[in-house]
Amino acid sequence: MNARGILAIYRFEMARTGRTLMQSIVSPVLSTCLYFIVFGAAIGSRITEVDGVSYGSFIVPGLIMLSLLTQSVSNASFGIYFPRFSGTIYEILSAPVSYLEIVIGYAGAAATKSVILGTIILATAGFFVPLHVEHPFVMAGFLILTSITFSLLGFIIGIWADGFEKLQIVPLLVITPLTFLGGTFYSIDMLPPLWQKISLLNPVVYLVSGFRWSFYGAGDVPVIASFVMSLVFLGICLGLIAWIFRTGYRLKD
Amino acid sequence: MQPVIQINNLQKSYKGGFQALKDINLDIDRGEIFALLGPNGAGKTTLISIVCGIVNATEGSVTVAGHDIVRNYRETRSMIGLVPQELTTDAFETVWATVSFSRGLFGKAPDPAHIEKILKQLSLWDKKDSKIMTLSGGMKRRVLIAKALSHEPSILFLDEPTAGVDVELRKDMWNVVRGLQQSGVTIILTTHYIEEAEMMADRVGVIRKGEIILVEDKNTLMRKLGEKQLTIHLHEKLDKIPEKLSKHGLELSDNKEALVYTYDTAAGRTGITGLLADLNDAKIRFNDIETQERSLEDIFVNLVHEDEEDEDE
Repeated sequence: MNARGILAIYRFEMARTGRTLMQSIVSPVLSTCLYFIVFGAAIGSRITEVDGVSYGSFIVPGLIMLSLLTQSVSNASFGIYFPRFSGTIYEILSAPVSYLEIVIGYAGAAATKSVILGTIILATAGFFVPLHVEHPFVMAGFLILTSITFSLLGFIIGIWADGFEKLQIVPLLVITPLTFLGGTFYSIDMLPPLWQKISLLNPVVYLVSGFRWSFYGAGDVPVIASFVMSLVFLGICLGLIAWIFRTGYRLKD
Repeated sequence: MQPVIQINNLQKSYKGGFQALKDINLDIDRGEIFALLGPNGAGKTTLISIVCGIVNATEGSVTVAGHDIVRNYRETRSMIGLVPQELTTDAFETVWATVSFSRGLFGKAPDPAHIEKILKQLSLWDKKDSKIMTLSGGMKRRVLIAKALSHEPSILFLDEPTAGVDVELRKDMWNVVRGLQQSGVTIILTTHYIEEAEMMADRVGVIRKGEIILVEDKNTLMRKLGEKQLTIHLHEKLDKIPEKLSKHGLELSDNKEALVYTYDTAAGRTGITGLLADLNDAKIRFNDIETQERSLEDIFVNLVHEDEEDEDE
């Protein structure tokens, strides 16, 4: 195991976050604050409680999940795509680091940023709405698991993309819509029966539901289903990454 | 002594069928400077990239100090430093940070004294806190060399290291390379500058269209370089070289209008006086005499050209 190699990649990526603090941390926090002001305070004050929780508090887990998913994907995809774009990837590929170590360095740094971001958003939410975390360890577990999984997804996108536009396609056209339709701002019980069934095909429903369960002890689907779904995602991402490195897809071809 | 790098039957085909390397066999000796010459697109960078782990080979094998580059990639890559042809550097990092990053990436413990030594050797010390984007092209090239040397490699690949570098800096780099060789580092360099190969290399290889067409000791090549040709333009055409002149090893030109005599300038006796006397005895009259020197560049160009002609036939 080349632990120093992993650490070098990890530190490099974390230093990049330091240089792009506005984009990496401040911007998502600001967006989340705006959501709280608009949906939590302005509109939320006119909405009745959902599952016994005030609307402002209800949307907190969904909003954290929204930032977590989009930022994990964006950070990890840019982290590996930019060296490919600039050509500096030659050094990573010619170094005595295994594929797993490369992934740990890049996806680990992206996941760390997401966890930090999620924690900051959680703390920020405390200024706007009353917060209560019923299962803090489960909450931390979902936070970390989701950050890792979507950082791996971002890594895959960063390998697949052959232009900056493709980097944005998945977060903007797939992750964000699925998260908005995945129960971030509502409980799927509020939907007509048919749409409830369709929503169950949306994987993000399981992530938001599990995360919300850790806060309030209630979710749209059983927490075990959320946990299993998270692991399935993780398994799929790991499988794809193993295939990428085995074949050299977009890296060594 | 076992070669430090052994390349056996190496082939590389890219998607679309382009064959960049065709059955390459090459040994690199420990501690030598090997210059790989070849025109653009000949396969130099592909060959280096495979040895360094950047590109997968289609067929064949490469060993570095007896380790297979695929199965034992950690061992082989730890030994190798690579200076790429393109100026592919980070933009926002400082010189110190990027060189330290490279050392860590190759699994080496931090050693500020070593990094300082390299930066001073490459005249980068006063730029250590500068962002790379603020450096000139020549400075960026030095940064790439510093990164490659950061983990103390025993084998160094220099892919066109002095392309776009001014004469003074080029000479500085040659000094650095010589110093590395003296410390036991094996160096493989690709270059377009024949002068560079002449100055630096112990051996020279020529690659063309994915095939190695020559590997020769530099001194042997230099002996060829020391050869001159005396061309005697005849007054009348000759059908064949007269028997009396056979001992001189003359060649008759294709148009039968000139005799070509090759001699070694380093030899004590060139044989020119005897040749001219024999020409006189054989009553062969001539209009003009000219001499030509051969350079490594001529040898290189002729090799590539001859090979193309053979292929056309």
